Amino acid sequence: MDAFAALIEELDQSTGTKRKIDLIAGHLQQADAHDAAWTVLLLMGERRKRLITGRRLREILQQASAMPDWLFDDCQSHVGDSAETLSLLWPQLKSDIGGGIHNPGVTIWINQLGHSPPMHWWMEQLLPAVAAMEAEEQSSTVLAIWESLPNDRLFLFNKLLTGGFRIGVARGLVVKAIATGFNLEEALVLERLMAPADASEHWFRALTAAASEERGNRGPVPYPFFLASPLKPETIEDTAPSEWWVEHKWDGIRGQLIQRESGAYLWSRGEELINEQFPELIEMASAIPADTVLDGEVICWAESEQQPRPFSDLQRRLGRKNVGRKLRLECPVSFVAYDLLERNGQDLRSAPLQQRLEQLSAVQQRMDVNTAGWRCRLSSGQQLEHWDQLNRLRQEAVEQGAEGVMLKHLQSPYLSGRKRGHWWKHKRDPMTLDAVLIYAQAGRGRRANLFTDYTFALWEKQTESTSNPQLVTFAKAYSGLNDAEILELDRWIRSHTRERFGPTRSVEPELVFEIGFEGIQASKRHKCGLAVRFPRILRWRSDRTADSANTIEDARTLCDQVVKRTSSL
Amino acid sequence: MNVLERTDSGLYCRAADAWIDPSRPVSRALITHAHADHARPGCGEYWAVDISEGVLRQRLGRDITLHSMPYRQEFWLNQACLSFHSAGHVLGSAQIRLMVEDQVWVVTGDYKRCPDPSCEPFEVVPCDVLITEATFGLPIYAWDTGKRVATEIRDWWHADRERPSLLFCYSFGKAQRLLAELNAIGVEEEVLLHGAVETVTRHYREAGVAMTASRPVSELPRKDSLVGRLVLAPPSAHRSAWMRRFRSPQTAFASGWMAVRGARRRRGYERGFILSDHADWQGLIRTVLESGAERVYVTHGQSDVMARFLRERHGLDAKPLDQLN
Ligand SMILES: [Zn+2]
Repeated sequence: MDAFAALIEELDQSTGTKRKIDLIAGHLQQADAHDAAWTVLLLMGERRKRLITGRRLREILQQASAMPDWLFDDCQSHVGDSAETLSLLWPQLKSDIGGGIHNPGVTIWINQLGHSPPMHWWMEQLLPAVAAMEAEEQSSTVLAIWESLPNDRLFLFNKLLTGGFRIGVARGLVVKAIATGFNLEEALVLERLMAPADASEHWFRALTAAASEERGNRGPVPYPFFLASPLKPETIEDTAPSEWWVEHKWDGIRGQLIQRESGAYLWSRGEELINEQFPELIEMASAIPADTVLDGEVICWAESEQQPRPFSDLQRRLGRKNVGRKLRLECPVSFVAYDLLERNGQDLRSAPLQQRLEQLSAVQQRMDVNTAGWRCRLSSGQQLEHWDQLNRLRQEAVEQGAEGVMLKHLQSPYLSGRKRGHWWKHKRDPMTLDAVLIYAQAGRGRRANLFTDYTFALWEKQTESTSNPQLVTFAKAYSGLNDAEILELDRWIRSHTRERFGPTRSVEPELVFEIGFEGIQASKRHKCGLAVRFPRILRWRSDRTADSANTIEDARTLCDQVVKRTSSL
Repeated sequence: MNVLERTDSGLYCRAADAWIDPSRPVSRALITHAHADHARPGCGEYWAVDISEGVLRQRLGRDITLHSMPYRQEFWLNQACLSFHSAGHVLGSAQIRLMVEDQVWVVTGDYKRCPDPSCEPFEVVPCDVLITEATFGLPIYAWDTGKRVATEIRDWWHADRERPSLLFCYSFGKAQRLLAELNAIGVEEEVLLHGAVETVTRHYREAGVAMTASRPVSELPRKDSLVGRLVLAPPSAHRSAWMRRFRSPQTAFASGWMAVRGARRRRGYERGFILSDHADWQGLIRTVLESGAERVYVTHGQSDVMARFLRERHGLDAKPLDQLN
């Protein structure tokens, strides 16, 4: 556990990707395989069952101390995380609590803790045992563990116990670290990670075994997805247009449909099995010859309609555990196939795209039309002739309900992860700016007790005088954050309020959000001289500080570009 | 009778006809310390502690009218007997004691209770009414000694000698405390300073504070890679053009706010060192109790929380300062 704690601390304190990879790789090489399995799962944020709630943990500390409830609340809303709050409070409160926590059952655990037990002991023995205890025994055990731990371990213990451990290491980073540390191809590591994981010595050894070993039947295990990067025209303008295949970039979710003798499996890009959300596609798959693997887009698209439905229709189904008849009718789904990864059990990923496309069309022709029908569509595409065509094709794609176009090299193999050079996405011009949150207001209805209406500002650089740059109101936005983010932001707002004006609060100008919008134009009615259409929050830029947000000048430039574009049409 | 009242310009003492740390220009200002949110330019005359004079004039102007007093010396302004008492916050920081008739009020200004080799320790001043700050008035805040933190900083700096180490901290007070704490643990290697830190450090050297040797970064040749050097700079220099001079530095921020992980993340520093020149929770409570005050007003930061705790747990007549009238 000491080594794991040290790794977490070092990861937390380093910002470079390379450094993080080296730290993880070095740790995994040294660690016991059983412990290493746990490390990999925890770093990847694999969901574990919650052992104890944060609320219960707080109750334990509160019952033992004389600290009033409201003071706990204030601390927690200031810190934002109950496990962290408790780790900060325990050192203050422990002298008041002291004695009374000795109990023979507890002593056994504490004695073992004294011999720096391995990580899997924590994860498989101690934590589950604590979670299963009766209330009183649980309280005294948790208190005794806190008592015996050094202050800088409290946070880790509390986080592991409440199951909320997230260190913020990207999955791709862990993959790179395993590949580096054990001399493997990243693609192979990705593939192996797609098999069901369990935190065992056996699993970790299989994950990191040398590459030469025979691979058996993949069964339901998907191939790692190959991802496209945003197009940088200058990187390909020297190539011949005819080397490229152009097809629509649909606004659905990426899916890999595997058909085996044993059944069909639909995987999302997040490597989740989504059979239950899309039963119609699983039925459809029975028309596909066995041992075929398709890559494509899951999208809402009715049989008789020319265009797919907007993403929001698909979203209604994604949230459901079970999809009923009504939803099936209202949001009909379809699978748009655009690549073939396996045919007759043969892995085609190293074949050029052109060949894979030919074979894909052959597979589709052999499908039983009565069963598959419109639910499996072949993505229509074309070979590019001139570079000037590209923007027109993109415009047409957008008019037909797509996000833009994909540009794929006809000789490209099917790689894994995001590798530049072969696949590009060319979406409609995004309009986004990074803005600073300056006001918040409570929402209405279901969200009346939460701050959900936000006002964002951009910097106005003072030129003539020496005075500091000012933040000027730019847009209001109500949507775009998920529930967890709304809660986190709500807490932050409460503890960073500067002033209150009725229901509105001004907050410390610290947080940056990426704001997307549909249009921008000059406006005399707005303080910043600009008005935007349909502003929404695209994401919380927690990687940015307020001084790096965009300026009003940036917004004006965007506005000028829009004017130029429309007048040139 | 109230010795102090709240006005638009800040706390006012009618008996002395003077404002304490006024927020806008007034005829007569009593200054607790030279931080920008306490000492503002444009007042008719200033009263402050003698050793704060250098920084004060640098920040408010050479030719302000300044009456400087040593700590603990009583002086009269009209009907009020006043004196400055060390607050342990930064060089020359003071609590202000005001005695009018037989009532004693004390305004703490910013203060801390941990030892600090760069300024005089906090003095307990008994009073009837205490006005205290509560910037870090939550029990999650508990400080380690400066010595411990300085050791962590030295280890962080020495662990990576292949990059420059940029440590961000407030340019007045924190930076000099760091130099003094590093000196106290035996660091002899020269530390480099951003210009804003350098100008204040000069006044500390004049006051005879023992600190590690230092030099402005600007004095080094531009070609110097600064690899392995420790550099102190104000937070405003983080991600500024000034930082381009350093190739892939390791960065850290020294502040009490670093106690909370989220605060560190949001500011985008790799490492946070928890070092504050304000009192922590225990320090605040201890100060209130030791003053013997029966009435307490709390200002800055967690004033509601602190006041409520003092009322409920210690039975004091404690309120947020905005309820003084
Ligand atoms: Zn101050």
